Amino acid sequence: MTTSDPTQTGEPTRRDFIHIFSTAATAVGAAAVAWPLVHQMNPDASVLALSTKEVDLSAVEVGQAIKIFWQGKPVFIRRRTPAEIEDAETTPLSALVDDDARNANLSGAEASDNARTTSADGEAKPEWLVLVGVCTHLGCIPLGTTSGENKGEYGGWFCPCHGSHYDTAGRIRKGPAPENLPIPPFQFISDTVVRIG
Amino acid sequence: MSGHPSTYNPSTGFEKWLDKRLPIVRFSADFMDFPTPKNLNYWWTFGAILVICLVIQIITGVILAMHYTPHVDYAFASVEHIMRDVNYGWLMRYLHSNGASLFFLAVYIHMFRGLYYGSYKAPREMSWILGVIIFLLMMATAFMGYVLPWGQMSYWGATVITNLFSAIPVVGESIRTLLWGGFSVDNPTLNRFFSLHYLLPFAIFGVVALHIWAFHTSGNNNPTGVDVKDVKKDTLPFHPYFTVKDGFAIVLFLILFAAFVFFNPNALGHADNYIEANPLVTPPSIVPEWYFLPFYAILRAITFDIGPISAKLGGVLAMFGSILVLFVLPWLDTSKVRSMRYRPVARLWFFLFVVACLALGWLGGKPAEGIYVMWAQIFTAYYFAFFLLILPLLGIMETPKPMPRSIAEAVTKPKPPEAAAPAGAVPAE
Repeated sequence: MTTSDPTQTGEPTRRDFIHIFSTAATAVGAAAVAWPLVHQMNPDASVLALSTKEVDLSAVEVGQAIKIFWQGKPVFIRRRTPAEIEDAETTPLSALVDDDARNANLSGAEASDNARTTSADGEAKPEWLVLVGVCTHLGCIPLGTTSGENKGEYGGWFCPCHGSHYDTAGRIRKGPAPENLPIPPFQFISDTVVRIG
Repeated sequence: MSGHPSTYNPSTGFEKWLDKRLPIVRFSADFMDFPTPKNLNYWWTFGAILVICLVIQIITGVILAMHYTPHVDYAFASVEHIMRDVNYGWLMRYLHSNGASLFFLAVYIHMFRGLYYGSYKAPREMSWILGVIIFLLMMATAFMGYVLPWGQMSYWGATVITNLFSAIPVVGESIRTLLWGGFSVDNPTLNRFFSLHYLLPFAIFGVVALHIWAFHTSGNNNPTGVDVKDVKKDTLPFHPYFTVKDGFAIVLFLILFAAFVFFNPNALGHADNYIEANPLVTPPSIVPEWYFLPFYAILRAITFDIGPISAKLGGVLAMFGSILVLFVLPWLDTSKVRSMRYRPVARLWFFLFVVACLALGWLGGKPAEGIYVMWAQIFTAYYFAFFLLILPLLGIMETPKPMPRSIAEAVTKPKPPEAAAPAGAVPAE
């Protein structure tokens, strides 16, 4: 008959199991307590409640752009001229730094002008370009929305902080910014009213 | 905290009673009695100066917090309220804002001293590493403090720096949202920065205690870099010899501090920070405070992609790397000789390194275009080459000058001609 005393055989004992189990339970408990301590820093309910905004565009003329405030960030809405639309449409994708449309309404699409102006219902209104006016480099506000501002070498926007140039579809063309200006979720709820967010 | 035999003898009955229960008097007596190399020069006084800086920042900061309102609608106005309405509020704020600058001035001198005299080498690696941690904590504290007045530079500086984290692959955007507590720098950001700005100085205080504990275990380095051989001949008790020397340096330093506070309190600040933060208008150029400019220049010097690493991520990695490299410096420098007094080649590269740091500081304040970018790239390359190439190689290739056999000999005997350094380059004692 072999010995049944596990301390003699080197087999795990009941006590080993209790040690491992209680250590594991402590680790899980600590993680469970740590999560609220970290997650409290994420956007709270009052911040999330301000996440949509409706804008009346009836006063915006062709060639003009407006700047509105959404989620603490500026959103540029530009009513583009036919020349600007043509410029953006005829730019080959190979000329782009970032070939992703960066459109929240159309994830993963290529950065064609059509994809850049597509709204949440899947339609594109080439005249209207809606984008978040925050430079994708380090978060400055690019110039080019208010008339008279430097629009950069590609006629869109120019970031004065570190010299990024965006084209008339808000795509990065030159400078340190890595990505196109992002298109927020938006939808036209009438011909002249757009809802952002 | 002291690595030397205690010489304290409790004389009264109460001291004997206390010594058996909480030997705090013994601790303080040993601390003040600590055997300190007798040849420490004035570059060694910056440690004490830095303690004074930290104390000034904590005292003025606690007072400012009594009058400041951490809310986006009131923060800017409450700072003006401190300046105009609060009794001596202007003094507290100018002491605090200029105190931050002088704190960094002192810490940079302290770090260059450590570099020159090899204070990071064995057995003082822990002191050095803790010092780098203190430096990082100081940078975080200063950055968050600069956001609190909620001026244009506060807001846009916070925007640029928090956006650095979005360069981290995969988790970057989530980290940025977590830092912001929203979708941009806003009220939640201001609130948490205030909370952390109040907390971190006490963390710094704790790490400073460890920093001192570490070099009280290894003993101070000294300008010759030669170990203490004979405590009697080579050292003097910290008090009164070095308390007085430090005290004199502190007085000189405070005169400089007062000159800024009373005669040119805004010289080191940026005029745009007297414009309230506006999330819709970026200032024409965003410039950090002067003490961050060298790192800002390194951030902006990486304008090209490196393989799969984008220019943006590359810049962030270079900027953080420029500080993180200091952690491994004790193992990068292969020379057994500590003090650059006896390293004729290394010291030339060291002075070029100081020039590179100053040049990067100047370039960080210039627009990131044209010739400035090229120079920033050259000096950034030198910054890293100094640590990663020059120091490792020199330790093998360089022939050091003969060193004094002991600290006592270095102090008492005239220097032999071949060991004498050019007069102008050695800090005066």
